[in-house]
Amino acid sequence: MNPFARISAIAVPIDEPNVDTNQLCPTRFNKLPRGPAYARVLFHDRRFNADGSEKEHILNAEPFNRAQIIVADRNWGSGSSRESAVYALYEFGIRCIIAPSFADIHLNNCYKNGLLPVVLGEAECEALRGQLRDRPGATIAVDLDAQTVTDARGGIHRFDIDPVRKKCLLEGLDDIARTLQYQRAFEAFEADYRNERAWLYA
Amino acid sequence: MPQSIPTCAPRTLVDKIWTRHVVVQDGAEVLLYVDRAFIHEGASHAFDKLEEEGRSVARPRQVFAFTDHYVPTIGRDRGLSGIANADIRNMIVRLHANADKHGIRLFGIDDPHQGILHIVPPEQGITQPGLMICGADSHTATHGAFGCIAFGIGASEMMHVMATQAIWQRPQKSMRITIDGELGFGVAPKDVILAIVALIGVDGGTGHIIEYAGSTLRRMSMEGRMTICNMSIEAGARAGMVAPDETTFEYLHGRAYAPKASGWDAALAFWKTLPSDEGARYDREVALSAPEIAPMVTWGTNPAQGAPVTGVVPDPRDVADAIAAQEVASAIEYQGLAPGMALGDIRVDRVFIGSCTNSRIEDLRAAAEVAKLGKAVVSAWVVPGSQHVKRQAEQEGLDAVFRNSGFEWREPGCSLCTAINGDQLRPGERCASTSNRNFKGRQGPGGRTHLMSPAMAAAAALKGRLTDVRELLRRG
Ligand code: SF4
Repeated sequence: MNPFARISAIAVPIDEPNVDTNQLCPTRFNKLPRGPAYARVLFHDRRFNADGSEKEHILNAEPFNRAQIIVADRNWGSGSSRESAVYALYEFGIRCIIAPSFADIHLNNCYKNGLLPVVLGEAECEALRGQLRDRPGATIAVDLDAQTVTDARGGIHRFDIDPVRKKCLLEGLDDIARTLQYQRAFEAFEADYRNERAWLYA
Repeated sequence: MPQSIPTCAPRTLVDKIWTRHVVVQDGAEVLLYVDRAFIHEGASHAFDKLEEEGRSVARPRQVFAFTDHYVPTIGRDRGLSGIANADIRNMIVRLHANADKHGIRLFGIDDPHQGILHIVPPEQGITQPGLMICGADSHTATHGAFGCIAFGIGASEMMHVMATQAIWQRPQKSMRITIDGELGFGVAPKDVILAIVALIGVDGGTGHIIEYAGSTLRRMSMEGRMTICNMSIEAGARAGMVAPDETTFEYLHGRAYAPKASGWDAALAFWKTLPSDEGARYDREVALSAPEIAPMVTWGTNPAQGAPVTGVVPDPRDVADAIAAQEVASAIEYQGLAPGMALGDIRVDRVFIGSCTNSRIEDLRAAAEVAKLGKAVVSAWVVPGSQHVKRQAEQEGLDAVFRNSGFEWREPGCSLCTAINGDQLRPGERCASTSNRNFKGRQGPGGRTHLMSPAMAAAAALKGRLTDVRELLRRG
């Protein structure tokens, strides 16, 4: 996993609550192996016609087609557990999503792929989206170490993040390495557990 | 949550299971032991990652693989070679190869027990009370109906589970939803969960594990409980569960993977300790009265956008919050409806009875009960959840009932629920569906979905429009 430290990049407003993973990656693309082809998959059915030509969509238009940050509305990423939704975001170039709330599984999938989800208040997100609509191409700076978002007008917004998740993102640490540090505890646990629930292993 | 509660205090079902699975704590996260993991063809991403890092599956006997998302629902007698689309065939071939390579029990395309990953494990007794189960699919909550903690995870987390048989989690809040009283005539478990999602919203359960309780649940069959737990994710919850009881034990007894002989007695004694203690505390409580629930349908593009079938399509102008109003307007536009229109006037082009929400034997019985009252006037598919369900339905003559009424009887799989195997709606087509998601394009690009119970879907097939099944049944 690539580490995440700080970025300053064009941000795109998406004014829609409950964006589900089926919009981020329509089901039929789930079978694509991970790679650059996923860039076109993001919001595919809203961005492209059946013949492949572009529809009108904020992510197709300059300068938003170069965005690395999305400012969204509540319950971003609801629905299916498909990690391909995160691949689509990542390959498009998105590294950070700022929203009032995230759906559970999608949130985890973001962390596991080096994409930073930032939770700010509903009003703050709305104000940020307003700035971005007023000044298309405005940049937002996100500093994970300092836990701050600097908006297009220079306003600073602090955000919370769990220390373990922060460390994993900053260092690009993968979970398996972390788990294997506890291999002895795991083995002791399992021996005891198997003994107690022998019927599961008959 | 779990760890902070002293052991003498009354504990919830979820506390008891969670606490027993903690291997270690690290900061705000705990490493939980995973009893069983369920995967399907979509696990190719997880296997690719394993491969990339040169890792193997730690406990292959605790991982189970299912062919369901990509299998065709016709022409199955030709097995793999019956799949014309090479990309789709390849997904199944790869799962077979990966399962083979890692020594994982596979319910493959030709297996006599093949079926959907949330239908087969209960049927086989693989799902049991007290377990920690992870699935590569968001509807893994289904298994919570047996009194276990079961939740969906993405590919990276599934790779972690396969490589270590454990998962990092942070504590969840607890919510109890109590449903009391007798369900009305023609009202099904699906109506209960659609009513719950409409009540608490698509993010009402976020950060929570829901325990469903109350007299309605106690009287409900395992099939009904599974339908309810299945859609916990539609309210944003990590998992949903029901305390195990005699109904659970009776269901499990004698199933292929259920404990046998003295193992059964030991398991049973343990299972009986699981239900929440008297006086256990929940972070949030919600109550519903069963007699007040009517047959439900969704009108919009998220599962909370539903109403009793006797209702109307809402008017965005009546919605106070501007963004919410915009959401309603956009849903109505996509669905091709008009504000104020009676739900019973919505015409449908297709009917789909199937999916892990509603493709068990009771669902098919309920649909057949209605189907036999007339003839389908639109294309209507019945897709059993597993070969086991299919055989049982055929023994009971349900396939004949469906065929005689003009319904198509197909082979088990996810099919039109997620439209990934080639079964899909055409743009603009409208479907009455017993599945769990009505997102834009879920059943195919441009397709429109209305969620409802199996009996309601069968009624829609006979009338060609959304129909209050109670009227049909009363007349029938
Ligand atoms: S039936 Fe639908 S919801 Fe259930 S596992 Fe299959 S695709 Fe997922």
